[in-house]
Amino acid sequence: MPTSRSIISPERLPALAQALTPTLPWVIAAAILGYAFVVGGYLVTVLSFALIYAVFVTGLNLFMGYAGQVTFGHNAFAALSGYASAVLTSSYGWQPLGAFVAGMALALAVALLVGYPTLRLKGHYLAMATLAIGLIVYEVAVQWQAVTGGYMGISGIPPVGIGRFEIVSDRAQLTFLALMVVLATWSAIRLRSSRFGRALVAIAGSEDAARALGIDVAHYKLMAFLISAAYAALAGSLFVHVVGFVSPEVFGLHMVVLAFTMLYVGGIGTAAGPLIGAVIISLLPETFRALKDYQDLAYGAGLILLLIYAPKGLASLAELLPGRRRS
Amino acid sequence: MTLLKLERVTRRFGGLLAVDAIDLNVEQGGVTAIIGPNGAGKTTLFHLISGFQTPNGGRIVFDGQDITGLPPDRIAAHGLIRTFQLVQLFRDLSAIENVKVGCHLRTRGGIVTALIRPKSARQTEAEVDATARELLAFVGLADHGALPASALTYGQQRLLEIARALAVRPKLLLLDEPAAGLNAEETKLLSATIRKIVTQGTTVLLIEHDMTLVMNTADKVAVLDFGAKIAEGTPRSVRDDPAVIAAYLGTAEAARA
Repeated sequence: MPTSRSIISPERLPALAQALTPTLPWVIAAAILGYAFVVGGYLVTVLSFALIYAVFVTGLNLFMGYAGQVTFGHNAFAALSGYASAVLTSSYGWQPLGAFVAGMALALAVALLVGYPTLRLKGHYLAMATLAIGLIVYEVAVQWQAVTGGYMGISGIPPVGIGRFEIVSDRAQLTFLALMVVLATWSAIRLRSSRFGRALVAIAGSEDAARALGIDVAHYKLMAFLISAAYAALAGSLFVHVVGFVSPEVFGLHMVVLAFTMLYVGGIGTAAGPLIGAVIISLLPETFRALKDYQDLAYGAGLILLLIYAPKGLASLAELLPGRRRS
Repeated sequence: MTLLKLERVTRRFGGLLAVDAIDLNVEQGGVTAIIGPNGAGKTTLFHLISGFQTPNGGRIVFDGQDITGLPPDRIAAHGLIRTFQLVQLFRDLSAIENVKVGCHLRTRGGIVTALIRPKSARQTEAEVDATARELLAFVGLADHGALPASALTYGQQRLLEIARALAVRPKLLLLDEPAAGLNAEETKLLSATIRKIVTQGTTVLLIEHDMTLVMNTADKVAVLDFGAKIAEGTPRSVRDDPAVIAAYLGTAEAARA
């Protein structure tokens, strides 16, 4: 690069690139959000949706990416908390914060009930159990019409707020959600870079070795499961308050498929992966809308290309830049 | 002082007696080696001691406490740490992070500590980092800390696994065929490393096929054959024991066939 030679000596360029590349995904995400904030309109709606999913996927990443476990049912915890928020605020006039705390408690109680027995077993019992809990919660949401409104769902859910202060405008909501994502991601990074996080990644690497070093594997799996359920619950409550409506379909199996796509496209096990994945996957259908009939085809082809050429996800693309190749 | 005491420890798999009423005393300090032909029950014995399998009978006493049938992580907490025949590293983690995981038992802190990161936690983390660097240097991997464990050679991976085990500060270190897959040069380095570990006060119990390593490293040798202990003593006395020679080479007729 002859143009950069005058500014930075060539031998220092790789070092600089090396120092900056990890921040690249964050810069891109922040730029997209900033653009949406300025432009407003439909893009804000799409990105609000993306940010809620980013919270959900960040939790999923803790359990699947860091601890190396499998779950197909975290939509259940989003649904439990989401419905608790919806019912308690719209039917019983609770404050959103109080309803959220109740929803979170409910989701964690159910997660403990499902996780405690199944996480002690080896193999895929947990994956099966989580799939079941996802389907059960969906079915309850459909059938328990007196409380959930069945297929019709619940509408008129108030926006997020405390007391008289409510976050109503699109831009304010986007800002609030961005703050939530920052908090969620910051927590995930702190958890990962601690004794607790090391125990999780050790379990993902080799359960036998982890046990031989004194790590109580069942305990740490359960904690990771509960934390990711808490993230899911937060995402569920945020969703109903931002959209103002909830129905069983919102938290259906579709949510799991979408979250998985975001996690793998963004980069499973990376810190920036969940946010990048959520933003890209939410924007992709909009980008391909101009192609009309070929929209799904282009979307599918895009995903396949990504998984072939960046199997560790978009967040890992930065590592492929020259200068980081060495190790 | 006896650090580890096995009393008539037995393990059956169906009709097969893999470990048959073995008595063994491992004294504090020094290197004890367990040798024996393939299928003699060495690895099963290791699994029983480290809690990865439970004995059908007998008692295992470590450092004055009965550890028979405890799960591996509880046994590790008593200060008995093992390595694996097929290296079990956290392959995606860097070498130094592998060693840091080994500091798990002697540090504290869960989710709240991780999020708040109080001063004490930052201090602990700095100590963990220093310990990990020290141990990497101890096994000669000081320059490889940042590499992913999977990028190391097999010999280096063995040494890394030992460094990780040492991070627990074990009273007794169990090495499961540490020389398997190593060349002569690497075996020599391993032998020197084991002796260094012993001089620092950790007792070592190892299973091994490699006779050079055993003869150069062990202070005491126990020989297993068909799940039973057939000889015990210094490396020299065991090597000349007719029962041991028969177990390894078969009787004169069998060896010729």
